[in-house]
Amino acid sequence: MSTIKLTVNGKAVSVEVEDRTLLVHLLRETLNLTGTHVGCDTSQCGACVVHIDGQAVKSCTVLAGQAAGANVTTIEGISKGDELHPMQAAFRDNHGLQCGYCTPGMIMSSIDIVNRHGGKLDEETVRHELEGNICRCTGYHNIVKSVLDAAGRMKVAQAAE
Amino acid sequence: MGVEGIGASVVRKEDRRFITGRGRYVDDIKLVGLTHAHFVRSPHAHAKIKSIDIAAAEKMPGVVGVLTGQQIVDDKVGNLICGWAITSKDGTGMKMGAWPAMAPEIVRFAGQAVAVVIAETKNQARDAAEAVVVNYEELPVASDIRAAIKEGAPQLHPEAPGNVIYDWTIGEEAATDAAFKAAANVVSLDITNNRLVPNAMEPRAAIAEYNDAEEHFTLYTTSQNPHVARLVLSAFYNIAQEHKLRVVAPDVGGGFGSKIFIYPEEMVALWASKKVNRPVKWTGDRSEAFLTDAHGRDHLTKAEMAFDKDNKITGLRVKTYANLGAYMSLFSSSVPTYLYATLLSGQYNIPNIFAEVISVYTNTTPVDAYRGAGRPEASFVVERLMETAARQLKVDPAELRRKNFITTFPHQTPVIMAYDVGDFGASLDSAMKAIDYAGFPARKAKAKTEGKLRGIGISCYIEACGIAPSKAVGSLGAGVGLWESAEVRVNPVGTIEILTGSHSHGQGHETTFAQLVAGRLGIPISQVSIVHGDTDKVQFGMGTYGSRSAAVGMSAIFKAMEKVEAKAKKIAAHQLEASEADIVIENGEFKVTGTDKSIALPMVALAAYTAHNLPDGMEPGLKEGAFYDPTNFTFPAGAYICEIEVDSGTGKTSFVNFVAADDFGTLINPMIVEGQVHGGLAQGIGQALLEGAVYDGTGQLMTASFMDYTMPRADDLPSFKLSHTTTLCPGNPLGVKGCGEAGAIGASAAVINAITDAIGNNKLEMPATPDRVWHAIHG
Repeated sequence: MSTIKLTVNGKAVSVEVEDRTLLVHLLRETLNLTGTHVGCDTSQCGACVVHIDGQAVKSCTVLAGQAAGANVTTIEGISKGDELHPMQAAFRDNHGLQCGYCTPGMIMSSIDIVNRHGGKLDEETVRHELEGNICRCTGYHNIVKSVLDAAGRMKVAQAAE
Repeated sequence: MGVEGIGASVVRKEDRRFITGRGRYVDDIKLVGLTHAHFVRSPHAHAKIKSIDIAAAEKMPGVVGVLTGQQIVDDKVGNLICGWAITSKDGTGMKMGAWPAMAPEIVRFAGQAVAVVIAETKNQARDAAEAVVVNYEELPVASDIRAAIKEGAPQLHPEAPGNVIYDWTIGEEAATDAAFKAAANVVSLDITNNRLVPNAMEPRAAIAEYNDAEEHFTLYTTSQNPHVARLVLSAFYNIAQEHKLRVVAPDVGGGFGSKIFIYPEEMVALWASKKVNRPVKWTGDRSEAFLTDAHGRDHLTKAEMAFDKDNKITGLRVKTYANLGAYMSLFSSSVPTYLYATLLSGQYNIPNIFAEVISVYTNTTPVDAYRGAGRPEASFVVERLMETAARQLKVDPAELRRKNFITTFPHQTPVIMAYDVGDFGASLDSAMKAIDYAGFPARKAKAKTEGKLRGIGISCYIEACGIAPSKAVGSLGAGVGLWESAEVRVNPVGTIEILTGSHSHGQGHETTFAQLVAGRLGIPISQVSIVHGDTDKVQFGMGTYGSRSAAVGMSAIFKAMEKVEAKAKKIAAHQLEASEADIVIENGEFKVTGTDKSIALPMVALAAYTAHNLPDGMEPGLKEGAFYDPTNFTFPAGAYICEIEVDSGTGKTSFVNFVAADDFGTLINPMIVEGQVHGGLAQGIGQALLEGAVYDGTGQLMTASFMDYTMPRADDLPSFKLSHTTTLCPGNPLGVKGCGEAGAIGASAAVINAITDAIGNNKLEMPATPDRVWHAIHG
């Protein structure tokens, strides 16, 4: 057992966990942040993607201990109160989700994609970049549309800030 | 408020919780005193259990109990059932072998549970499961259809000699043989319909809680049909009585058929919760999903089509072997029979059809309904034959189809189905226009100059949905009726709750069902809540599968709404001192036509519940229920065309264009309908290009993870161009047909037709991987 200190969604957290605990299990089981999902056991599906220090990471590939001292953001931490993150709003407005299970990981990955590519995103790039997130419901059509839509919204939001 | 009624693409009410991480799936639920289950599974596909030693495991830290297959037999827990009886051509019933929830003596597929460890934590359960020592004696394995039916094959179940479950036929054999004898041309194909793994993104999970004071169980489970789960668990498995068992299916992360069935794991969780008298949670991991979720498809078929000299179809003859795996899953028997062979007429006038289906046991995971369930296999047979015929007869594939389309309705096919309505020419026209079919030869020629092989492929599918008229399916062997129920509760303040037996696991019922109600009353959808997925809240219902929720589930709501409105009109008329016949409902108000007198819905509701001033003899309250039993199947149909390019150097297929023209009747929410089509197309394309469950000769699943089984990813798929043509379904009050499975039913034939067109070789099996395509080009 080890004590780990990290910041999750802006709050300082100190928890005692088994050394073999994965970050995703720390989030889900210990911190009750169940929005981050587990869809596979081979780090393929991306349902567990969170941000560690601003970068999209599959939280099933990281031991909780490796996140010590890090700033972790989950799907629960991206909206500002009632105001949705532009990526969340774009997924809703473009019907970019159906069963909702892959959605948190999709949204967290997509925010990172837009952050890295800025306004230069096109369909092919989005499809290539989403390769690490599996969705079984949407055929990706509306997810791609959502990401491209959000890229525009995030640019506008940044300009306004 | 018409903007939120039927036909409006309103954004989904349920989305906010999903996009903010507030969805509530089974694994998200925690109960006080929760324990965790981990199954010990057989590594062998066929073996005798010589001994199980649980002593070491029982002493491991945190272990609460270790339970084995023998204990489940000793406790007289019933075997798993198959709910659809199929009769063989010789008049005998299907040969069903026993399937205990955990194997006491023999394991018949790799991954079958033999014991379960219950512990305080997930890790402790997993660790202790490693300490269970099972001594197996390996038995010979039949890992596919060919191995199972050959002379001297290993015998799986004593009840099924030669591993044959049934040998079933449909149609007129003699008349069909005569049509072939008289034919001017005959086209034949050998078809493998590849085995698929459904892979809903949420793995299956169950939490069972037993209250010994009340002798009451609660089961949270990933189910598409919680009431059916409760019925089966109580009526057949001897674990809990129906009124002492609450089944809750909360947010469910996709199903695609795989979450219809009652699986051993939730049975064991329920049984174990009483044994250890603690709540028990089991959450499958992806590897367990690959090994234990019912797989789909897996047919070997020989199909022949006869034509007269004018290229009119005169006969269709099909012989199919279907692999049902090691045990018969809940609806497995119906999938390759009544859900498959009854659709072999496709969109065509085929006077003579005869099909024989032989279902067999193999040492593989059980096979059951997966998106489309039998209908993709039928559509693939018919549409591959049509394309092959066009090439053999040297006619345009679109024209050959058009020449043979059914154009008058109703149309009785030779294989049970009576198509009620359709316009197959309209959807084909729409798809051909969308893809510029006429311009294809020029595009192909241009691609050739760039060294690329370009092909175009058509698939005109039809499916039977809105499953299903209870009397009809009962006569065909179904063990249940397939109606749906609804209850409309108008609360005293005028908000509305709809309780439905349908279950939403991605389909968006919370929005579309609310649209129906909102549109009828002229109120916002925010005033309407949809309640589903809890047997304590909702009256008995049949659940969601077979594209039935709109056609059957919403029709039940429609009927209940009519009753509620009739009563509300009476109350309104009484309050307004007007004639009931003069009351109309508009914008949430009950108005007296031709006057300015009106009363708002909340006031009518309040009057119903205060009961201070109701018409004489009227009962208080405003709540009505309805059961809707469809009069016929519905028949969604459409035309899919895809244009692809093959790189002859690598065998890789790329999409140039994919167009879909569907006739689903009334569209409740076009945005959601299109989302359903996109997802179905992805699964159909996945089957054609990427997906395939592969077993080796020893019955090991070689494709048991996302590393090995190719799920369609964003960069494997194109964006789709959709269009709709509409003929209204006459069989239900909404005119809807259903849209959930169409894409998966129609897409795979379009893709294979396109690739075989591009490479000029008609022999190509699914999945058409670059390796297979390269070999088909280069020999």
